[in-house]
Amino acid sequence: MGRKPFKTPLHAIGFYLFVLAFAIVTLFPLLWVLRMSLVSEAELFAFPPSLIPESITLKSLTAGKCPLVAGITVPCPANFETVFIDPIFKAGLANTLVIAGITTVICLVIGSVAAYALARITFYGNKPTLSLILAITFFPAVAIIAPLFLLFTQLGLINTYWGIIIPDVLFALPLTVYLLVAYFRELPEDLEEAAKMDGANIWQAFFRVTVPLSIPGIVTTGLLTFIYAWNEFLFANTLGLDEVVQPATVVIPLFATTYTTDYGAQAAASIILTAPLVVLVLFFQRKIVSGLTAGATKG
Amino acid sequence: MSVSTEAQRGVGRAQAPSAWQSIRNEFLDSEKRTGYLMVIPTLIVVLAIAAGPILYALWLSLFRVLPTSQSFVGLDNYITLFTDPAFYGALFNTVVFTVASVALEFLFGLTIAVVLNRGFVGQGAARAIAIVPWAFPTVVSGLMWRLMYTDQVGIFAYFADRLGLIDGPILANTGAVLVGAIVADVWKTTPFVALLLLAGLQVIPGDVYEAARVDGATKWQQFTRVTLPLLKPAIMVAVLFRTLDAWRVYDLFWSLTDRQLESLSVYTFKFVRISQLNVSLGNAAAVFVFVSSLIIAFIFIKVLGTRAQEA
Repeated sequence: MGRKPFKTPLHAIGFYLFVLAFAIVTLFPLLWVLRMSLVSEAELFAFPPSLIPESITLKSLTAGKCPLVAGITVPCPANFETVFIDPIFKAGLANTLVIAGITTVICLVIGSVAAYALARITFYGNKPTLSLILAITFFPAVAIIAPLFLLFTQLGLINTYWGIIIPDVLFALPLTVYLLVAYFRELPEDLEEAAKMDGANIWQAFFRVTVPLSIPGIVTTGLLTFIYAWNEFLFANTLGLDEVVQPATVVIPLFATTYTTDYGAQAAASIILTAPLVVLVLFFQRKIVSGLTAGATKG
Repeated sequence: MSVSTEAQRGVGRAQAPSAWQSIRNEFLDSEKRTGYLMVIPTLIVVLAIAAGPILYALWLSLFRVLPTSQSFVGLDNYITLFTDPAFYGALFNTVVFTVASVALEFLFGLTIAVVLNRGFVGQGAARAIAIVPWAFPTVVSGLMWRLMYTDQVGIFAYFADRLGLIDGPILANTGAVLVGAIVADVWKTTPFVALLLLAGLQVIPGDVYEAARVDGATKWQQFTRVTLPLLKPAIMVAVLFRTLDAWRVYDLFWSLTDRQLESLSVYTFKFVRISQLNVSLGNAAAVFVFVSSLIIAFIFIKVLGTRAQEA
């Protein structure tokens, strides 16, 4: 999209005011909750609320002690200490990492192989398979929680990591496959063809040529799959019965029930669970946006 | 007579391979065979974890399941479901939430996309900001908005009170909480809809506008006669996706309203996890959510002509 000049300075001012309003509205909840997590209790309950927080000082930002690794603590705001010394929340974060991490690896392994076949090989099953996989995107997850609960009870999968990972894989896979199909289709076929000329079969062409060339696409896809699995709530809430396996998304609403009026701690917990995603997304924004919107522009 | 029919069949077979033969050919060709092998793991996941359980739910919804026994009751569970006032409450909330949030997200998203469809300084920053809410866990966005609606500390509670919009706490008022949920969803998803529509706008070639301008079309005519028709595929995909996503809303209602407000999904969940004596009713509700989603998708695809593959 070329940059064409604004007709009058007034147009330019109006345009940038619109952009500014968009940015403010979009970021406001995040900034406001960040503020809630940092201000003193007196200011939190102040009426009317102060627009510029006054109680955030260098001293208040280092008032707490957050455990980093065994025995070592770092200075942090008091509300963050409340959250970080909560063993259930810490376990929740660790569980989130395990569940989202394993889900992402499984999705990338089976999804990349399927995506390669769907992008490169012409066979009767190609289109129907792709449609079936994409249809899962629209599938209401709640429709299968009762049967999964009964099945997993019999299989002993209730309250295990696998019990949560298996349905997570189902719902993350369409995203993985869809992004990789789009990526593989963009990749020039010449090198694979050359490898096949040299006697490589499809698997070899895929693993030795396509995969090494697709690392950027695979990283972006893995990132989006990870974010998806990180945010999953319904299955974890149904199939994980206690904090031994529950990820942070399940722990956080319970946290709000435990610390009913400790709004500062709830705000801090929200920030902690969101911050890593915001950083990842800002860092990879260009790739993420082009991956996610590919479908709106191509048939 | 029969001989000639035989002969005709023989000729037909020679000209075009029978279905059986083409299937055989599919598997004799090593490349195509590898294609099938490569999609099998993914297909197994889809069939074993989605198709299997949904059929099982359908089957179970015809039984009365108790921890010790199981008896066939036909459509009794559905009759119980359709006479439960709480079901209609959940249905009402879901319909209002879906219609209002999708309509607002579309209108705001389209406006943002049309305005931003040009090169400008800070484009990258604007795009980065737009995906921040998308990356949020919905549960956390529910909790954040709950904090902002909470009496005494919430900024929106303060404004609602000062402007006299509401009597008493927002979170204690079912109607206000539903509006609050819609606002939270519009905040979270509008930027994503805008990005989808913007991507659709950017592939419309500039010369179609040039042609329209030469023909004397006004700005508004260009928008309604050129932009909208060309953008229709992107619009349909975004709206279909958002509608089905809003229809199954669960996380947001759960954390924002602390389970006080039920959507169809929350209603279904209640029977499965909280009162397991009523799993059968939960299965009937689950089947209802599934079938209603199918109908919505069918209407979009057949009646409105959305191509789901583009999603």
